[in-house]
Amino acid sequence: MNAAKEKTIMVPLPSQAIIPERDAAKKPILEVHRLGINFGGLVAVEDFNIAVGRTEICGLIGPNGAGKTTIFNLLTKVYKPTSGAILLDGKDTANMNTVQINRAGIARTFQNIRLFRSLSVEDNVKIGLHNEVRYSMGTGILRLPKFFKSERRARERAMELLDIFDMTHLASHRAGSLPYGAQRRLEFVRALATNPKVLLLDEPAAGMNPSETEELMSNIEKIRDRFQIAIVLIEHDMRLVMGICEGIAVINYGKIIAKGTPEEIQANPLVIEAYLGKKKGDEAC
Amino acid sequence: MRRLRLRPSTDNLLTYGLVIVAYIVIRILIASGNISSALQGQLVPITAYIVMAISLNLTVGVLGELSLGHAGFMSVGAFTGVITATLLSTFADTTSLEWLSLALGMPWLRLALAMLFGGTMAGIFGFLIGVPVLRLHGDYLAIVTLAFGEIIKNVMNVIYIGCDANGILRISAVSANDLQLSEGGKIILSGPMGAIGITKISSFTAGFILILITLFVVLNLINSRAGRAIKAVRDDKIAAESVGISTWRYRMMAFVTSATLAGAAGALYALNYSTVVARKFDFNTSILILVFVVLGGMGNIRGSIIAATVLTVLPEVLRAFNEVRMLAYAVILILVMLIRNNSTLRRLFRRNGRNGAMRKKNLLNGGKGDEA
Repeated sequence: MNAAKEKTIMVPLPSQAIIPERDAAKKPILEVHRLGINFGGLVAVEDFNIAVGRTEICGLIGPNGAGKTTIFNLLTKVYKPTSGAILLDGKDTANMNTVQINRAGIARTFQNIRLFRSLSVEDNVKIGLHNEVRYSMGTGILRLPKFFKSERRARERAMELLDIFDMTHLASHRAGSLPYGAQRRLEFVRALATNPKVLLLDEPAAGMNPSETEELMSNIEKIRDRFQIAIVLIEHDMRLVMGICEGIAVINYGKIIAKGTPEEIQANPLVIEAYLGKKKGDEAC
Repeated sequence: MRRLRLRPSTDNLLTYGLVIVAYIVIRILIASGNISSALQGQLVPITAYIVMAISLNLTVGVLGELSLGHAGFMSVGAFTGVITATLLSTFADTTSLEWLSLALGMPWLRLALAMLFGGTMAGIFGFLIGVPVLRLHGDYLAIVTLAFGEIIKNVMNVIYIGCDANGILRISAVSANDLQLSEGGKIILSGPMGAIGITKISSFTAGFILILITLFVVLNLINSRAGRAIKAVRDDKIAAESVGISTWRYRMMAFVTSATLAGAAGALYALNYSTVVARKFDFNTSILILVFVVLGGMGNIRGSIIAATVLTVLPEVLRAFNEVRMLAYAVILILVMLIRNNSTLRRLFRRNGRNGAMRKKNLLNGGKGDEA
């Protein structure tokens, strides 16, 4: 077979992404081109394109098993993508691992909460500050002046961050013994402590009652405004998604089936089909 | 919800206090002649075992990885320590510098240097073994460390080391004669016979100081940025990486620190006897130290100290009941395991940080005021 004679198929790059107008002056903080992964032949995510503005709150929705969490795992390099590129602040992240990704500016929370359960709330946040408040192992063992200075700063920063969620009174409690909602908030604070440019929230409202969700929504917006960061969230609670997300991508079977503003998504027949199935009368067509 | 009971600093002071008080009490007992010679002979081994238990607790309790070859690091430290001490005393005899000869003539300096070199060598071994081993987790890590301990034992069993009158080391894996030592030479390590002709320079006070140094290193490490990172890796590796903590780096840090302290303890231990065989540091010793750690409580440094002391003294005390000695030892072990899970007693022997047991404050204030 002569490869040279085959017709080359041209694809458009970058994707037709949308970002909020206020962020348009700068390049998007996160740009993903044709991202894909397959696990031994099973295609979990394919041709995933997205751009996230610097201060955008972006929603990632889709039915269960659509590949939303897999996308988070790809963005944080828990899985190595089999295709595609992820640009963080214009820089390629191809050779980075999870740790380097976090240092470069992506922090995340987990669907099934992953706290350092045996440690105190305060220590959990201080661990989030690991790369911000630094001193060497020797300084720590020998208790040099820098140790006390840094520890004081770490404590102040931790309390400051806990205060955003009114959690300072829980600082000395064991993380694993907190109520569910507080554990979710703590994970949020811990991710925030790493000083990210992009914050990935995996089902932040799961298990919360309507009033807690309401509070979470205002907190997410508050954090975006205060820290000027981008937030990407996976969520099934449509009130939250439609209430605070500015751009939404809908995934089904590992592919984006719709992208747009909340109004556009709500009116999109493909989205309704993915969630509710086709109308009986339409099946004949 | 549970609050953490004591501030770490207060808790640590208690541990230091316990060790210092115990030292003073034993010193008084020795001075007043109220201590049996058998027990007095056990004092240095006890201090060595305490250091072993504390250092293994760093790997097992704080890092959360099961290591079954801790005696291997003790072995490396022991034989390095013996060689160092012998070379130093040879050097003291041959050197023309009077002050150096005088300084090295002092046993405590030779002991300190032997422990330093023993620890360093064990730390280097810890690093070399850590490179492949720390890619593994759980059972696999346990299997590889177990194999390491056995390998060290068998290697030490076939190696002959001697130094001639000028303090030059000769090594052979064939026989003692193969060393071809000239007149005035000395065999340090004689294969299966182990290290022979050691000058006993260890002392109870030296062991006490080593415990204090170990406590200082381990407790300060645990309660610092690096210690938090190590505990984070233990609790959740994926979450630790997601907040930018290099798991490899901190697992290695804990593992090498643990090996180094075990090496120093090995040097202290070996220099307390006139001969030491490699078989002493076998799998059984590794398990014995693990028993100290498990019984004292994972991550509980004070518990390790108490368990190591009690379980080393116990067989001596039980010598009076010769026939049922090991039976009684086993029964006591089982009883301790059962009693340790009793909540009333647990409040007395509270454990550090890990595994809960932080409910005393809750009980004191009747569980009130803790709700969010």
